[in-house]
Amino acid sequence: MKSILRIYIPFFPIIITTGGLIILQAMLQLELPKFMAQIINEGIVKQNQSVIYETGILMLLLSFLVATIAITVSFLASNISAKGAARLRASIFSKVSSFDSGEMELFTTASLITRATNDVLQVQNASLMILRMGFFAPAMGIGALIMAIRTSHDLTWTIVITLVSLLFFVFLSVALSMPKFRMLQKLMDRINLIISERLKGMLVIRAFLREKREEERFEEANKALMNTNLFVNRLMSLMMPVMSLIMSYGSVLIVYAGSKLIDVNKLAVGDMMAFIQYATHVVMSFLFLTMFFIMLPRAMVSAQRINEVLKMDLMITDLPEPEQNHLPLDTKGEVRFEKASFRYPDAEENVLSNISFKASPNTFTAIVGGTGSGKSTLVNLLPRFHDLTGGKILIDGVDIKTLSRNYLRDLISFVPQKNLLMKGTVLSNVTYTATSIDSHKLEEAITISQSKEFVDQKAEGVESPINQGGTNVSGGQRQRLSIARALYKDAPIYIFDDSFSALDFQTEAALREAFIKAKKGKTVFVVAQRISTVKNANQIIVLDEGKISGIGTHKELLKTCSVYRELVSSQLEGEGGEADGRS
Amino acid sequence: MAGPKIRPGKGPGGGPASALMPGEKAKDFKGTIKTLWRYLRPYRGRLIISSLATVFSVAFSVISPLILGKATDVVANSVLHNVPMDFTALIKLLVLLLIIYGLSSVFSALLGFVMAGISQRVSYRLRNELSEKLNRLPLEYFDKKTHGEILSRVTNDIDTVNTTLNQTLSQIVTSLITVVGILLLMIYISPLMTLIALITIPLSMFVIKMIVKRSQGHFRDNQMYLGEVNGHIEEMFTAHIVVKAFNGQEEAKRTFDELNGKLEKAGRKSQFYSGTMMPLINFVGNIGFVLVCIVGGYLAVNGRITIGSIQAFLQYIRTFNQPLMQLANIANVLQSTAAASERVFEVLNEEDEAPDSDTPEVILKENVKGDIVFDNVTFSYPLEEENRPPLMKNLSFSVKQGQRVAIVGPTGAGKTTIVKLLLRFYELKGGRILLDGVDIKDMKRGDLRSCFSMVLQDNWLFSGTVQENISYCCDTATKEDIKKAAKAAHIHHYIRTQPKGYKMVVQEDAGNLSAGQKQLLTLARAFLADSPILILDEATSSVDTRTEKNVQRAMAELMKGRTSFIIAHRLSTIVDADIILVMKDGDVIEKGTHKELLEANGFYKNLYDSQYK
Repeated sequence: MKSILRIYIPFFPIIITTGGLIILQAMLQLELPKFMAQIINEGIVKQNQSVIYETGILMLLLSFLVATIAITVSFLASNISAKGAARLRASIFSKVSSFDSGEMELFTTASLITRATNDVLQVQNASLMILRMGFFAPAMGIGALIMAIRTSHDLTWTIVITLVSLLFFVFLSVALSMPKFRMLQKLMDRINLIISERLKGMLVIRAFLREKREEERFEEANKALMNTNLFVNRLMSLMMPVMSLIMSYGSVLIVYAGSKLIDVNKLAVGDMMAFIQYATHVVMSFLFLTMFFIMLPRAMVSAQRINEVLKMDLMITDLPEPEQNHLPLDTKGEVRFEKASFRYPDAEENVLSNISFKASPNTFTAIVGGTGSGKSTLVNLLPRFHDLTGGKILIDGVDIKTLSRNYLRDLISFVPQKNLLMKGTVLSNVTYTATSIDSHKLEEAITISQSKEFVDQKAEGVESPINQGGTNVSGGQRQRLSIARALYKDAPIYIFDDSFSALDFQTEAALREAFIKAKKGKTVFVVAQRISTVKNANQIIVLDEGKISGIGTHKELLKTCSVYRELVSSQLEGEGGEADGRS
Repeated sequence: MAGPKIRPGKGPGGGPASALMPGEKAKDFKGTIKTLWRYLRPYRGRLIISSLATVFSVAFSVISPLILGKATDVVANSVLHNVPMDFTALIKLLVLLLIIYGLSSVFSALLGFVMAGISQRVSYRLRNELSEKLNRLPLEYFDKKTHGEILSRVTNDIDTVNTTLNQTLSQIVTSLITVVGILLLMIYISPLMTLIALITIPLSMFVIKMIVKRSQGHFRDNQMYLGEVNGHIEEMFTAHIVVKAFNGQEEAKRTFDELNGKLEKAGRKSQFYSGTMMPLINFVGNIGFVLVCIVGGYLAVNGRITIGSIQAFLQYIRTFNQPLMQLANIANVLQSTAAASERVFEVLNEEDEAPDSDTPEVILKENVKGDIVFDNVTFSYPLEEENRPPLMKNLSFSVKQGQRVAIVGPTGAGKTTIVKLLLRFYELKGGRILLDGVDIKDMKRGDLRSCFSMVLQDNWLFSGTVQENISYCCDTATKEDIKKAAKAAHIHHYIRTQPKGYKMVVQEDAGNLSAGQKQLLTLARAFLADSPILILDEATSSVDTRTEKNVQRAMAELMKGRTSFIIAHRLSTIVDADIILVMKDGDVIEKGTHKELLEANGFYKNLYDSQYK
């Protein structure tokens, strides 16, 4: 919890002020029944009109004061909760921005999104609740109890009885309903799962005539959901009447016991009525507190989840004084892997072991291998998305660990495996992070990436809007724009991490040709599935279970490397991983 | 659907804030409520019971302060006139009170009990109807709706209908009766005091209206910026690797800070307004309270009213505000119920697949040979604009039992279209498709589809055991049959090596099986189905070499003796095919054998040269 609390520290003075005001508000509010008692005791019973007026005016003034304080409290509380949430959100965002691939994989993207959105909302709501109720309910409850005892300590036992019976009932219902509530969530998940499976498997279900069976499967889950829901809802529908019954019976008890006291002149009529009000306040604050403690654990879970992100130690850090000045701006881009190996923390085996090779400027280095052979990991080591656990990677002879990551990444044009576009326009995506727009470079990037045809077809050209995630362009177009983005950046080193999978062969060939023609002198890494992509590379690195099983050209490897031969024969140079636009 | 769903509409605040939130509106309010009523009709009897229960419960709870007041009077009487307390009268009243409170609670519980039953059964029925509807909707419907949208109707929307039915229905009746009841009793106690108490009502209405007017914009902004901030978070986290590779952290933070600042401002204001509502209403309520005290005191001094009546009256004006506010909010709640149910009904009212022919040709899977003829088939996707020329124009070809059709073409050429037409997932625009000489339109869809086994690229498996997944096609399959099929698909050995063997549970999205193994499981399924016609999608997704070989072997065995349609990626399949359909932009542009097509020197030749040489 420490990291979260630290975010709220600057608010402590206002929080204390707010808390103080809330307690004051509660105290003043508790004075109101006293005035009422006075109106009845002194004014009505003793038939004194002026007491009624005077007390009435005092009462109005007091309630005006209460309202003013309450509004001030609302102002302060909304300030704290909104500002606190904004700070919380900002610190998660900054923290995640400082993450590299290791941390992202550890948490998973989906979970980080939930933490930064829903969990923050939970904490924000809770903070508001803590501020408003956390101060108010205890102050009110304790205050009302004191006032009640002061009004008539002979009647205090009635409050105790009411509270104890309420407490018993609330605990009973919570104990009964909690497991069912948890079950409800699971049943809801099951409904979700079945429906999404059915949507994904629509063709298969219909082709195999399994409609009836799927309906039955759903109905079964649906029935279980209904039955649990019925139980929970019915229990809940019992709760309110029973609680109000207990409270009403409490007031009857007070009247009965009170009248006996009045009979022996130990209590005034107005005081009895005030006492009923105080008792109601005590019970209500108690109920609020119970709710508070039922809701709080949920917020605590959210807070915990946020905290995990905030306190995460970064796996990769820059040296205190990175060596970026020692590397000349005109980096040649010669890359050397020297006995590089990588292992995930807590993993038993290396993902990559003992990788050594050299990639010179003006050459293509292709990396091939089966699934899980470590191809993608290998190229992800170069921009330090992961840090090596053994060996070295050198650029122009300088160990990349001595460079700052920002500087290092400026040297690399990277096309990731997933084609991730951002909300904006074609232009804003291609020129991502560029400080100024060079129309010549833009044209070149769009042409080489083979995006020109479809960009020109759009009415607004490069100003055409792109949805979040690029959902309004096809998979192939997304990939081409993602390539264009890297081309526009134009660093000495290029990495294509399986970046041609959504392109057909002709497009890919044209792209490769245009690239070679326009981008001379670059050091290029290409991770690929298809042999046709890598056939013409200057060197092909064949990975098998994280180790190099062969380096050479296509022809050499066909002769020397059995893993490569197997790969070639299994593919028969067919087209791989097609994404049919319609299915 | 990887990311979590961020639901708008549940902003911070809750409580009284919900009244301040601009609600969602149904397009056709009346029609939707009418349709909803159709679902409630079967429960008319219970609805009447629960309405009666509401009336009784409210009546008893409304009358109780009056009796409590009478009890107070008994007590006050002894004080005012200095006479001994009349305990018998008092105890009588208190016992009456206990009974009344008890009855009110019993009826209120009864109401909740019945309403929970009704709303749960209605939502159960709605969910089931949606589930059945999913199987009757034409496939084109799913082309225009995302999975998330449909999912949200089955879960979120029905949930909203459920909650509102459960709560609002009884709330409406309760608040209405409470308001009327309290008003009547207040008048009964003292018309003058009632008049004075009512003065404050327009005042509190005015306060509510003013706050709502001021805050609504802020609430809308709050929702909007919350959506934007969360959207930005989602986008940046998803594209994290790009942000890092391009050193875009600062740019991302700048955008974030800007949006976050706006959200903070809107959140602060909307929360502030929602926080002022209660204090102001309480203040107005207190004004009424004091006024009533003053007038009541005056009347009591003159002996025209008893202390108990004042006490009851004060209790009434205290409870008057809440049902009044609820009533003011009813239009809002009804609207959002209607909006949610409208979305559900929208799906239910979609048109079904064209019905099967009334006098279907009966075909039996066992007797089907598997001759297929495409006769002048013309087709376009229904979503396409009406005037556009059809994608597939006058396609004709025929295959005999046991022959192979390879479908080739570049990415996005619509290679699965032919498959979808064969199984009658879509209706033709012209021409016909014959199976063993019978137009597939004249068959029952079920009969037709039973003749096909399909192995698709996305390897559809559902959460269940391996055994259940293999025997998905046929319930009657014995354990031996399943094993045989698994052996034929070269997956038997692997299954046996797993902890629970055939009882191993395939997890959601089948995370515990590799892509190749999933493919083998679906192949085993096809072996077990043993249909005369086969549809195969040959995608060579990233599968390790050994599995890949198994997949190829299994596919070859499966094709033996069956008419096969193969979305082909492998040279060997294509070269050996009896007929190759070359597709581009949704149409078959060339057809023939490998040799014929190479000689024709057209698109196929070009494709072949660029891909396979």
